[in-house]
Amino acid sequence: MQLHGWGRFPRKDANLLEPSSPESFLEIVSEKEIAGSLIARGAGRSYGDSALADTVLSSRFLDSFLEINSTNDTIRCGAGVSMDTLLKVVIPYGLFLPVLPGTKYVSVGGAIAADIHGKNHHQDGSFCDHVERFSLLLSSGKTIECSPTENKDAFCATCGGMGLTGVILEVTLKLEKVPSVTIQRKSIPAANLEECMDLIEENEESKHSVAWVDCLAKGEELGRSVLHLAEHSQIGTKEYRSRKGPSIPFSTPSFLINKFTTQLFNNSLYKLRKQTAKRRSVNYDAYFFPLDNIRNWNRLYGGKGFIQYQLVLPLETARSGLREIIDRVSESGKGSFISVLKKFGNKNENLLSFPIAGYTLTLDFKNEKKVFPLLKQLDEIVLANKGRLYLAKDSRMSEDVFKSSYLSWEKFLEIKTELDPECRFASLQSTRLGLT
Amino acid sequence: MNILLIGATSAIAKAVSRLYAERNARLFLIARNEARLKVLADDLTVRGAQSVDFHVMDLADTENHANAVSNAKSALENIDLALICHGSLPDQETCESDFEQAAQEIKVNGLSVISLCTEISKLLKEKKSGTIAVITSVAGDRGRQSNFIYGASKSMVSTYLQGLRGKLLPHDVHILDIRPGLVDSPMTAGLEKGVLWSSPESIATKIVNSIDKKKHTVYVPGYWRIIMATVRSIPEVLFKRMKF
Repeated sequence: MQLHGWGRFPRKDANLLEPSSPESFLEIVSEKEIAGSLIARGAGRSYGDSALADTVLSSRFLDSFLEINSTNDTIRCGAGVSMDTLLKVVIPYGLFLPVLPGTKYVSVGGAIAADIHGKNHHQDGSFCDHVERFSLLLSSGKTIECSPTENKDAFCATCGGMGLTGVILEVTLKLEKVPSVTIQRKSIPAANLEECMDLIEENEESKHSVAWVDCLAKGEELGRSVLHLAEHSQIGTKEYRSRKGPSIPFSTPSFLINKFTTQLFNNSLYKLRKQTAKRRSVNYDAYFFPLDNIRNWNRLYGGKGFIQYQLVLPLETARSGLREIIDRVSESGKGSFISVLKKFGNKNENLLSFPIAGYTLTLDFKNEKKVFPLLKQLDEIVLANKGRLYLAKDSRMSEDVFKSSYLSWEKFLEIKTELDPECRFASLQSTRLGLT
Repeated sequence: MNILLIGATSAIAKAVSRLYAERNARLFLIARNEARLKVLADDLTVRGAQSVDFHVMDLADTENHANAVSNAKSALENIDLALICHGSLPDQETCESDFEQAAQEIKVNGLSVISLCTEISKLLKEKKSGTIAVITSVAGDRGRQSNFIYGASKSMVSTYLQGLRGKLLPHDVHILDIRPGLVDSPMTAGLEKGVLWSSPESIATKIVNSIDKKKHTVYVPGYWRIIMATVRSIPEVLFKRMKF
């Protein structure tokens, strides 16, 4: 069956297995007859080829809760449970997930494999910093428990390890007590990149902070943006909510996405946001997951799909480096409906985790021939500025770029080889990056 | 709400029970596999169920039905809703040459449901309220070459429910016949899914709505009513030559 990630590029004919219990995962993994590469897949929300292999093991039926402990605020569940379902269960207890990505449809297992981050990374770190423990099924058929104190090497390699160490089965998460799930949002327009970054630095005490950047604006207005800051409101609702917006029923023709439409969109968005910039109470669903309101929005980029490019540059090079990157993108006219800028806090100990102290920028590009040379140029700027690219978004980075930016890759490979000596767990991505 | 779920570990029953757990219902589960029942019971408790009890049994053993239903009654005190979801998908070829096998399949998919309805009806009649909802199948709408032992069992249940509905009307007991189309569940895992496939979650939402609205016979999703009307309208002269 043909599979792809959220970017709908690349695609692969794969044997998709959907085991219904941890026991059937064990049976499949112990079955040596399964030839070729094997990789776990959660909700299929990584953008590129991280969850593509000859045989793909879906965790969609690992969707049971095992326990919620409201004295120490932890929850135990299967790796296939989505953020949306978790929120539905924990919100009535006055609890919330400490880290939320830009979509509520990712699985817990995927969140660990990519060590995802949220709009509060500068304060609370990434997802795996709130994972108490998980069970990991190894290629030997053995299941081990991993936590920051137990099997620490396996923990640090699996968190952010893109599924290459084994299959995550059950997870215990630490939750956060919140006064309400109503969000107090403050939006501040910034005339250009410099101003935006100044605003971000000035507002570091704000729990959530993320900027929408118009990457097509040029000159004086280069990097004009709107910064969205947010806190949980002291008074507000404690009810779960999920908006049900329209769905894109099929791939729209990709020529609809061009220089003019993206410019028009960015222009009007900026002007609209600028006008409405102020303090507002909004529901958490609208603040954290704006794009989830349009189901299958990835189809807007046409049948060939799109490439999301997310980079991070360390603090010392971020200002000049980002300027150079946005300059290059705006010059090319390729790009990007919504670009997102955010400041990261310190990195953690996980070997392939993406965040490092600095600034991260996310760009979308329609999949077309002309965009690949541009991305290569961007790679060079990123490397020159000691940055790196996010594996959960990547579908085309070269082995060189990866190995010269993820400096712990050798240590990672050492631990992977210990856990998976025959190298059965591999994805298109890991092969491309020279890890398997 | 006090709910008895029979065949509780099936994909549809699981999804329905989760929706009722979110409404803080009290649940009593019956199924064959104890380990899976335990997992489901914990899951439903975390999702908000007020209480979850279960009973392990093979539903083909009709002689134990009275006992199981009475266990449910004592755990739940009152039964407001009984949802019958169990079943098996027989191998049509084997059933055609081996009557014992065919009889067993008809027992599991047909007779055992009637046996359960008999026991549950007694309780609800006495209480003068409640709903019995049964998962049948679009396969019961017309006998197809590829699947007619299963289809015959399901249409037996559908016909039975039509009669029961009238019989229980004076007692304010409601009967719902649910006919799902193609369900993307562990049973069909790994198959290429076209547009006619639905997730157990979306089917469950529609089932709960139909129970709330006291519908009689529902196709889930609704477009299966049109598909099956078309299938039923094909003249027998042609239909007997169709190999699907």
